[in-house]
Parts: sequence; structure tokens; C-alpha cells
Amino acid sequence: MTDFTTWDILRNLLLATRWTILLSLVAFLGGGLLGLALLFLRIGRLSWPRQAVRGYVEVFQGTPLLMQLFLAFFGLGLFGFDVPAWLAAGLTLILWSAAFLTEIWRGCVDAVVRGQWEASASLGMGYVQQMRYVILPQAMRIAIPPTVGFSVQVVKGTALTSIIGFVELSKAGTVVTNATFQPFTVYGIVALIYFCLCWPLSKSSQVLERKLNVAHRDH
Amino acid sequence: MSLIEITDLRKSFGETEVLKGITLNVAPGEVIAIIGKSGSGKSTLLRCINGLETVNGGTISVAGAQLQADEPHLKALRLKVGMIFQQFNLFPHLTVGGNVMLSQTVVKKTPTVEAEAMARKMLDRVGLGHRFDAWPSELSGGQQQRVAIARALAMQPIALLCDEITSALDPELVAEVLAVVRELAADGMTLILVTHEMGFARDVCSRVVFMHQGRVHEMGPPAEIFASPKTPELRQFVGKQ
Repeated sequence: MTDFTTWDILRNLLLATRWTILLSLVAFLGGGLLGLALLFLRIGRLSWPRQAVRGYVEVFQGTPLLMQLFLAFFGLGLFGFDVPAWLAAGLTLILWSAAFLTEIWRGCVDAVVRGQWEASASLGMGYVQQMRYVILPQAMRIAIPPTVGFSVQVVKGTALTSIIGFVELSKAGTVVTNATFQPFTVYGIVALIYFCLCWPLSKSSQVLERKLNVAHRDH
Repeated sequence: MSLIEITDLRKSFGETEVLKGITLNVAPGEVIAIIGKSGSGKSTLLRCINGLETVNGGTISVAGAQLQADEPHLKALRLKVGMIFQQFNLFPHLTVGGNVMLSQTVVKKTPTVEAEAMARKMLDRVGLGHRFDAWPSELSGGQQQRVAIARALAMQPIALLCDEITSALDPELVAEVLAVVRELAADGMTLILVTHEMGFARDVCSRVVFMHQGRVHEMGPPAEIFASPKTPELRQFVGKQ
């Protein structure tokens, strides 16, 4: 029987962490871009795109991420599409992040006080000018802390993709455990790695929140 | 000829009719104070003139142009009529100078250099030329309100609507804002003010409009309105001040 050193375990887990990081980045950036596009429909003046985006957000917020992964992975398979695990994982996480980010950002646009709309309107600005020069710059400042905070959810969300067989940190943990029979050590390290990824993100979210609050205290 | 003509203006919020047929003509250079209890429709009237509320009936025309609810018409109207708000509503993400320049550059497409010159001129006019690079949050309420006035003036409106512009200010800051308005009046700017400053209304305004329950209840030169009110409602209102 082969003996595994702690270094063997750690090395393999760290290699798999690359995939967790990559998947998180893809989900967050892809979700951010899609979320931004959806945001403009959500706060736009046309009624049916607004309703459609609202429905989209409600579906993704109202179902577990795991079900969404299953549907993308197995569901599309039923229709004859052969979906590899990485594609199902990436796509689902992008769609999922987009839904949450759209909703977070919509809240930030709403948080800009009504007086700002009225003042800019009274100066003759049209809707697009109000958005571009007055509302969005302020909404963006409000949006930074919750957006960074949400990135933590994305990192942890990637763990679920292990269930459809995508080998990231959690899946690697299972694989390594099966070879070493040291579940406590292995999952302990896995948890530690997640913590090292997430903690700086939540911390920076807090710091940003405090900073931006100071800047905002008088408005 | 009247600069602003309001004819039988009606406005409801849901079931409640807030303006029940207002007719008011404002000549160029007139300074009009609208007084009355809260809920009498003063602010709503002002907001209708600027197109911030959609009206349910009647007409408003400014310098011959009818108020209509579509964006190009509203924009044309708002270029003629500026508005100052109770809560100042400065853009917190822009400096004082940026606040006064923004709408010039994006709405009128004025080149930056000219917009800046205009902004400095208008800030000088309200006594804040030296705070061009300050942030709104660094200013007192009175200073913020003066910046808001400069911002509206920079668009070169032919009339200015002031919606309780001193009501959110500490008492010691009211005077500096009223002084600016007094100067504007002296310069011949057409002003419509919703105000609770009765002393100011008496001194500066050419006409006082007393609103009661959504109607113009009494109207006349300040001396007449304050000294010999005709209706019991106005008598009671003036007596309370």
C-alpha cells in the first residue's frame, strides 16, 4: 500500500484549486457582463424586457443552484446535446451569477434618491443622460461592496459543480480521500483553501463598505 | 404678454384632487410668492410647471410653448424654466464646478472651456467662486443651495421655480440664500417661489398667491395680502405667522 505524505495531499488539492479559481473568475466576469446587459433591460423603460428579466431573476433565485446544474448537465443530455461537465458548470454559474448581480445592481440604482432624478430632469437631461452622468456613477459606488461580497458566494458555489463531475477543489478532495482514507486531513485542507480564497474577499468587501460610507456620509 | 400662462390646471393623485383648476399668469420679471398651508397644492403646482408631475387637465405654456409630456417638449420647457429644490439635490459624485458644468456640456453641448467660464461666473454670482473645486459634502446647507441656484442659472433660464428652498436650512443659513434670490429678483429674473418666509415674500415679491385646498384662494400685491386679507382663511393663515 502506498503512503501519502501531507505534501502529496496538499499539492494535489492546490493543483485542483486552479480550476476553482478559473471557474470562479469565468462565472463572476461572465455573470457580470451578462448581468450588466440584463440590468439595462431591467431598469429600462420598455415593459416586456423588464418583465422578462424579472422572471429570469426569479427563476434563478428561486431554485437551488444544484438543480440548475443538474438541468444543464443531464437535461440538455436528454435532448441529445452532449454537454461536458466544464461547459455545464461554467454556463450555469454564469447564468446564476448574472441573475443575482442584476438584482443586486438594480437595488443599487433604486437606492439613488429620487431628488437626483428630479434635479437632473429639471436641468433638461433626458433618460439616457440622467442614467449615464448622474444615476449610474452613484449607483456604481453603492454597488461595489455588495458585488465584492457576492464574489464569495460564487467561489463557494463552484463547489457544487463537483457533483456533476467537474474536478475542482471539492471534487479533488473526494478523489484524494478515496486514495488516502484520510477524510479529516483532506477535507480540513480543502476547507482551509476555500477560506483562504474567500476571507480576503469578504474582508475587502467590509473595508470598501466602510470607506464608501465615509465618502457618502453627507448625502 | 405673460411669460407663463397656467389655465385651469388640474392634478390628482389617485382619488385625491390636489389642484382643482388653477389659473395664473406670470409676466416677465415678476416675482411671485405662493403661500398656503401644507397640502394646499403649492409644491405640486410648481412641479407641474416644470413637468415633474403629469397634469390631468388644463394647460401650461411658457414663452408661448405648450407643456407636453414627451421628452423633447419637456426638455425644451426645462431649458426655459429652471428649478431649485428644498433638498438642494446636488450631484454628490461631482465637484461644485462639475455640478454647474454638467448639464451645460451634456444638454446644451457647450464646449468645456465655455461651460467652465459660465460656471465660474454663476458661482461668483452666488458668492461661491472660490469653492469651484470643493465637493458638495464639504459645504454647508446654505452654500449647497447657492450652488444649486448657480447650477440652474448656468442653463440661462428665463424663469426660476423655487420650491421651499430655505425650508431644509438651519435658521442662520436662510439669510444667505434669500440674499441671492433677492439679487436675482433685482436683476429682473422671473421667479415663482413657494415659501414660508413671509417677511421675504412681503419685501421682495411683486405678487402673492395664497393657495387653499387646491385653489388660488386670494391673490394680490403683498401689501394688500398681508395688511388686509379678504377671506377668513387667509386672515387665519396670516395671523398665525
